[in-house]
Amino acid sequence: MAKQIYFEDVEVGTEIGPLEKNPTTQQLAKYAGASGDFYQIHYDKDFALGNGLPGVILHGALKNGFLGHLMTDFAGEHGWLRKLGVQYRGMDQPGTQVIARGKVSKKYTEGGDHLVDCEIWLENNKGEKTTPGSATVILPSRGAK
Amino acid sequence: MANKYVTDEAKKQIGKVSEPRTYEVERGAIRRFAEAIGDPNPLFNSEREARQSRFGGMIAPPTFCRSMGAAIPDIKLDMPTFRGLDGGSEWEYLAPIRAGDRITVQSKLVDLREAAGRLGPMVFSVIETTYTNQFGEVCVIQRSTGIRY
Repeated sequence: MAKQIYFEDVEVGTEIGPLEKNPTTQQLAKYAGASGDFYQIHYDKDFALGNGLPGVILHGALKNGFLGHLMTDFAGEHGWLRKLGVQYRGMDQPGTQVIARGKVSKKYTEGGDHLVDCEIWLENNKGEKTTPGSATVILPSRGAK
Repeated sequence: MANKYVTDEAKKQIGKVSEPRTYEVERGAIRRFAEAIGDPNPLFNSEREARQSRFGGMIAPPTFCRSMGAAIPDIKLDMPTFRGLDGGSEWEYLAPIRAGDRITVQSKLVDLREAAGRLGPMVFSVIETTYTNQFGEVCVIQRSTGIRY
């Protein structure tokens, strides 16, 4: 298991990630199989082109999965991802790297839990945020040990 | 201005629920999902390592619920042809989903509204899906927004 981050280690502005992802058409095929989303725009180039797309595009849900990966890595084994939100604003295509990042926007205690709100996003190689989102994570506290 | 598609009659569909479906969470399915999103976290990949963790065994990654498709309530709108978009999702995680769990998935139409878009009226539908384990514990609540235009 990776090193654990504690509530006391983060401040507003603390950066999360980056987590680099290099999606390929093979990954889209794997994701289609694992998730059961077989919409052809994600693996059939001719179908995608016929639908006015520039080629096959990433499943929104796969990008949601990348942001989930970013946040479960941040939370660590003793933390817990409590909320995750994503919005699909732009398309991403295989062969182009996407980077998942975030930063802490708020830290507070509620009902005995140590919580951290985060602004998160996926950006493409032009620095455009194609998939903005938000997350709330419960972190362990050194004080509570 | 009166809505073109989301009429008072159409709004009566809010609250409509789908038939529940129950899935058994297989360890291999968790591993394949983690591999598909490229997440090597031992909690999602290695029973041997996950047993040493505070969870005592493998759990599912947060968006694994995507693989347990809900029946979606059928939304009737007088919209002869339309394009659809996935607007995004919000997830709440209340308890872990574990390998071996039996998860019952049910979805409900919780909002239906219309807004003016550049290309004409756009219809937003919000579907709330709950994932409940075999002990009646709600593990995950998902709210997804669909857009028709």
